[in-house]
Amino acid sequence: MALFEDTKIPIDDAAEAVFAWAKSNGRVFFDALSDGLGGLIDTILWALEAVPPLVIILIVVALAWLVHRNWKVPALAGVGMLFILNQGYWTETMESLTLVLSACVVCMGLGVPIGILGARKPRFYAALRPILDLMQTLPPFVYLIPAIVFFGIGMVPGLIATVIFVLPAPIRLTQIGVASAPKPLIEAAEAFGSTSWQRLVKVELPWAAPQIMAGLNQTIMLSLSMVVIAALVGADGLGVPVVRALNRVDTGLGFESGIVIVVVAIVLDRLLRVERRGS
Amino acid sequence: MSEAIVFDNVSIIFGGTAERALALADAGQTRAEIQAETGDVLGVHDCSLTVEAGEIVVLMGLSGSGKSTLLRAVNGLNAVTRGAVRVDGGEGLVDMASADARTMRRMRRSRIAMVFQQFGLMPWRNVTENVGFGLEVSGMSRAEREARVSEQLALVGLSDWADRRVGELSGGMQQRVGLARAFATEAPILLMDEPFSALDPLIRQRLQDELLDLQARLKRTILFVSHDLDEAFHIGNRIAIMDGGKIVQAGTPQEIIANPKTRYVADFVANMNPLRVLRAEDIMQPGATAPEDAPRIAHDTPVQALMAEQLAADGTVAVEEGGAVVGMVTARDVLTALTNADKRRPDEDKDGDKA
Repeated sequence: MALFEDTKIPIDDAAEAVFAWAKSNGRVFFDALSDGLGGLIDTILWALEAVPPLVIILIVVALAWLVHRNWKVPALAGVGMLFILNQGYWTETMESLTLVLSACVVCMGLGVPIGILGARKPRFYAALRPILDLMQTLPPFVYLIPAIVFFGIGMVPGLIATVIFVLPAPIRLTQIGVASAPKPLIEAAEAFGSTSWQRLVKVELPWAAPQIMAGLNQTIMLSLSMVVIAALVGADGLGVPVVRALNRVDTGLGFESGIVIVVVAIVLDRLLRVERRGS
Repeated sequence: MSEAIVFDNVSIIFGGTAERALALADAGQTRAEIQAETGDVLGVHDCSLTVEAGEIVVLMGLSGSGKSTLLRAVNGLNAVTRGAVRVDGGEGLVDMASADARTMRRMRRSRIAMVFQQFGLMPWRNVTENVGFGLEVSGMSRAEREARVSEQLALVGLSDWADRRVGELSGGMQQRVGLARAFATEAPILLMDEPFSALDPLIRQRLQDELLDLQARLKRTILFVSHDLDEAFHIGNRIAIMDGGKIVQAGTPQEIIANPKTRYVADFVANMNPLRVLRAEDIMQPGATAPEDAPRIAHDTPVQALMAEQLAADGTVAVEEGGAVVGMVTARDVLTALTNADKRRPDEDKDGDKA
């Protein structure tokens, strides 16, 4: 027993070595990534802050009506956002939305193509699955540490941590959607002379559209669940007051900011929940 | 007439050890024996058949007989293990078994269209968009496409449904969409894989008749798969009967009824509805002279219409072809034909295949 405990497998040192190597050799890559993501975040944040709150509320209500064609969802969205304004959390909400939207851009931009590739190449997907499991189960605090090392403090490491946690969802859902396209439809596409690309855009993606939309919904909700953790590495947004409340043991502030997060989550969820029409 | 499709000793094996499975098949082993020994499934073995331009040939057999497998070799949905499937490509025959991807696409886009048993329609598209699918794939502009599609919809009587989602249509209407989609590409060769099997009997008959009407106008070459002998005899100019991956008999409906080569074919023939298949010339007494006052009917009159004439004329009718009387049919002839057991039960010595 003593012998067994004496020779500890050096995961600690190995991880240290890997990240040290990455830091010294990947400087250019990480800087470029940091600049790119920083640019994305700045652009979205600038747009959300340039528009007056009431105009944003009006746009969201109008969009809700266009998508859902009923009065319930627009009313809920309007009331919810007015509540946020009333509680004085508008700026934080816009900052968190920036994080969520950036995560959407990155996760859907990577997740959909990877999911398609996974559906087309089962062996690639079989190799990918344990990595996706790891990304979803590894506690986020663990990869926050290297995120700080590589990207410093701020929105970018928050976004990176969010993407690592969220990315598996759109990959999995896209893969399921594309892989489940019925054989008769695929054969019909082939029988009329489709190229592989035409088969994808004319059959597989339209078929997978509900799953891909579910992937988008998941991406948004999971990203929102990361705002508090992102705040720990210095990302602005609704997580900041929660962390502050925790440090000061301020129950009132904690609940106030917590409820605002819940309201944002409800509004986003209702906005995005589109029933599939047709079949 | 010119050749539209030529199956030249086609064998199709599903599985990894095709060469061993082929050798076993050549040695005369059955499908079950081959599967037990190699794990491969023998789809079809050494099938040869020629389809002339403009005719309707029906591949017919029980499920698992290899008829769909053979059909799907024509447009490359199934890969041919050995042999050739030569298809009229506009400028000469193209071997689909060895065609490269580009040739395959060209053939699928402009020469061969297909109708599926389960329709294969896209539920997120409306009727117009489904019918235009083949044209869209080959890069036709939207305006041109819409003109062509509305023509096809008129042809199958679906003009009023153009903007509906296909899910709102009944099964029969959905298959009309499938037909229109296949006709729309103006491909001269049409593959139909049990297109009416999923439909109610009444709708099935109506669509069979509609298909024959369309064919009379459009003159395509149709290779049709069916497990229903009545359908095969009704639609086909010629029929190839398949069993265990082989073509056991090919010929016109009349040839097959008159002379079933194996017990398997005979069993099929015994179960068909002769009223829909037999014609005056099949049951007449050739050369016999009918009474002067007997009504004259054409040689290809279906037996049911013939019986109606007989009812009106006290039993005997004269059969004419090209203006001349070629034979006569008495009431007795009809009864003999409808009850005739010896023609539909071949002698034991004819039953070589199963012996």
